[in-house]
Amino acid sequence: MLVNNFLLLGAVLFCIGVYGVIARKNAVMVLMSIELILNSVNLNLLAFNQLWAKDNPGHVDGNTFALYIIAIAAAEVGVGLAMVLLIFRNRKSISLDELSEMKG
Amino acid sequence: MFLAEEAGATVAAGWFLEHAWLIPVIPAVSFAIIILFGKKLPMKGAEVGIASMMAGLVLATGLTYQWIVHVRGAAEAEPVIKSWVWWQSGGMKFGLGQHIDGLAVMALLLVTFISTLVQIYSVEYVRDDRRYTHFFAAMTLFSAGMLAMVSAENMVQFILGWEIMGLCSFLLIGHWWEERANSEAALKAFLTVRVGDIGLLVGVAILFGASGTFSISGINAWAVSGQPSHSVLLWAAIALFIACIGKSGQFPLHTWLPDAMAGPTPVSSLLHSSTMVVAGVFLVARLYPVFHTGLDINVAGQQVNLIAVIGGITILIAAALAFVQNDIKKVLAYSTVSQLGYMMMGLGVGAWVPAVFHIFTHAFFKCCLFLCAGSVAHTGSHHSFDMKNDMGGLRKKMPITFGTWMVSTAALCGLPLVSGFFSKDEIIDGAKHNNYTVFFVIGLIGAFMTTAYMTRATYLTFFGKARGAAAGEHAHADDHAHAADAAPHRVEGSASDEAQRVSGQSEAEASHPRQQGFGWATESPLLIVGPLLILATLAIFSGYLNAAPFHIEKFHHWIESSIGVSLPEAAEFEWINAIPSITLVAAGFLVSLFLCRAVFGEADSKLKGLTERSRLLGAGHRFLVNKYYLDDLYEKVIVHGVAHPIAQAAYWVNQHVIDATVDAFGRGGKRTGDWVYKNIDQRVVDGAVNGTGAAARGTGGALRPIQSGKVNQYGALLFSAAAIGALVLVIVNT
Repeated sequence: MLVNNFLLLGAVLFCIGVYGVIARKNAVMVLMSIELILNSVNLNLLAFNQLWAKDNPGHVDGNTFALYIIAIAAAEVGVGLAMVLLIFRNRKSISLDELSEMKG
Repeated sequence: MFLAEEAGATVAAGWFLEHAWLIPVIPAVSFAIIILFGKKLPMKGAEVGIASMMAGLVLATGLTYQWIVHVRGAAEAEPVIKSWVWWQSGGMKFGLGQHIDGLAVMALLLVTFISTLVQIYSVEYVRDDRRYTHFFAAMTLFSAGMLAMVSAENMVQFILGWEIMGLCSFLLIGHWWEERANSEAALKAFLTVRVGDIGLLVGVAILFGASGTFSISGINAWAVSGQPSHSVLLWAAIALFIACIGKSGQFPLHTWLPDAMAGPTPVSSLLHSSTMVVAGVFLVARLYPVFHTGLDINVAGQQVNLIAVIGGITILIAAALAFVQNDIKKVLAYSTVSQLGYMMMGLGVGAWVPAVFHIFTHAFFKCCLFLCAGSVAHTGSHHSFDMKNDMGGLRKKMPITFGTWMVSTAALCGLPLVSGFFSKDEIIDGAKHNNYTVFFVIGLIGAFMTTAYMTRATYLTFFGKARGAAAGEHAHADDHAHAADAAPHRVEGSASDEAQRVSGQSEAEASHPRQQGFGWATESPLLIVGPLLILATLAIFSGYLNAAPFHIEKFHHWIESSIGVSLPEAAEFEWINAIPSITLVAAGFLVSLFLCRAVFGEADSKLKGLTERSRLLGAGHRFLVNKYYLDDLYEKVIVHGVAHPIAQAAYWVNQHVIDATVDAFGRGGKRTGDWVYKNIDQRVVDGAVNGTGAAARGTGGALRPIQSGKVNQYGALLFSAAAIGALVLVIVNT
């Protein structure tokens, strides 16, 4: 079926997200990339649910998981953005390069 | 489900009826175009927005024509319903589609028409604005949301459109968000409406749970079938009505609407007079069978119901507030709230057709009034909306604006033979005819108050002596520091941002006619005056679609199939019944004129400064100026009252429960620790620890480079570890 296509799209989104997390210096962009990763996972869950529900009609477990992930992602972005906001207030910059106090 | 079979049966209905779904789709696509390419286009995106609105208008006009033919042809006009599956989940299908009947056709025509005019007007009004393209994008998306909502086939699509409008109103009210008051007004509008939106979700969930369908026609048929229990309908109706209270600015959630005047005037005109705020009224009209059955409207011996009561209260309190406003747009905002109260009351007393007709006529004259206010501020009073300090005497300087204002005011007050009369008086008549005596009286008092506050606003704006900016006190010729000059005259919010915006467009000022003193106020440019003239014409003549005195019932005939329940026959119109309201309108005009001349005129009068002298009147005035202290109630009592105890309780728990526990553990731990120290630590562990320490120091030194402090690098490590883990998993499993 079309499940392949969903999985491919999910993989592409995931890779874009990973690239963003690794390569971007802007904290907001990193947060957005994390969202991409989460949503690629959502896509996988939905696609597998579709595949599975063909034999077990009426089952929506994958969709339920996806809903949970959406809720968690919302909370995560809320906390993340609050942190970014505070960092910006204190340093007038949200570049991740400058946040290296944790250097050992 | 009404799927393809249904569509096949109605092919004969005509192309426009079949393709009404294009009307919301076109603006939605245009929104994307404006956002993506708008800034590169020659008119910065405005042309796309206007073109999409005009295309919508053409489609809606064709749709109206074919609907009229359709109604004439059939004894019982069937709605044209189409639906496509949007997504499905576990056997549940969610559709997008169209439900085209008289009500939807009227709303589609109205929204496309008003949006077209307002966008044309905006080209001049927000010229050279900082976020010109975004302004048009948000306006277009807003129209798309409203159009999707009014043509919704099911409640999911309805909610979608409803929320798009909520978002766009936030964007547009806060269009000049650099000013703190504006962004606060935008937040307030958004959050207040959200409070009501919970009701919409709950109501739709109740309806879906009980009826098993989201389809609007399905729900309406189900509600009158006698199958659902009364309490289910009652709770669904109450929940949905809470959403209407929020969206349509009914008491007690009306507080956001006047603050929302902080947005640019075209926004006020489009969102907060004629389209978005009628969404709540539209919801009640759309699902009228649910409300009618659930709230026992028109049941014999029943004198009050929730909708009529809320509507009635709103009429009176909003009209009273309109008397103490100095900002011309806020007068109009409260007037809108009050007129929405009329619509709600009309629906509450079973006068469905007059209420919907009032939506129709009100849109034209209220839109016109707002645009007049914008025209005055744009050209006449130097971007100030303060009637007391910056206007007056503009009658001669701006004859067209003045004329259109007077016509629309006459329509709003319900003077005989203009449009407001035919709709508002029918609502009042309906209340009387259906034995809702209390609401009949409220309607009459409301008519009196409407005339009185509009007379006051008209007098302050157009008559008397020119004051402040209208008299050219800080005219252009001085210097460009006028934005700062205007500061003392600012009313909260809306006036100041207009002034602030000016400072950002000083080059454009050069093209303004520069004249000294009183003479500089002239008529506005054609792009502003044109829409005014069109709207004023409609403010007079739109009423003749359903003029009871002349036995014209076209509108009634076109739209009655949307009601869904059988209502009592409307009363036969007699002029004798209209006499009380006409008398009261005249009385309101005369009383208000007398008071205005005494209080604001040049001649000395005992009435001047009365509110300072008389303690009782002063207290009443203060009560109104503070908007019944409702804002204080919400912010200081409810928000503070909820947030403060939570913080207190959390602190108490922290101090007494968590700390005490921790302390107890700490004491116990210390005692144990002492013993362990003496017996085990010193003797056994130390040796081992020293060895481990040395090992750890070595490892730490080796791992130090990894701990770079660079977040990206941590991310990379995390993902490589996960990738290796995944690889291992795959290898092990195969």
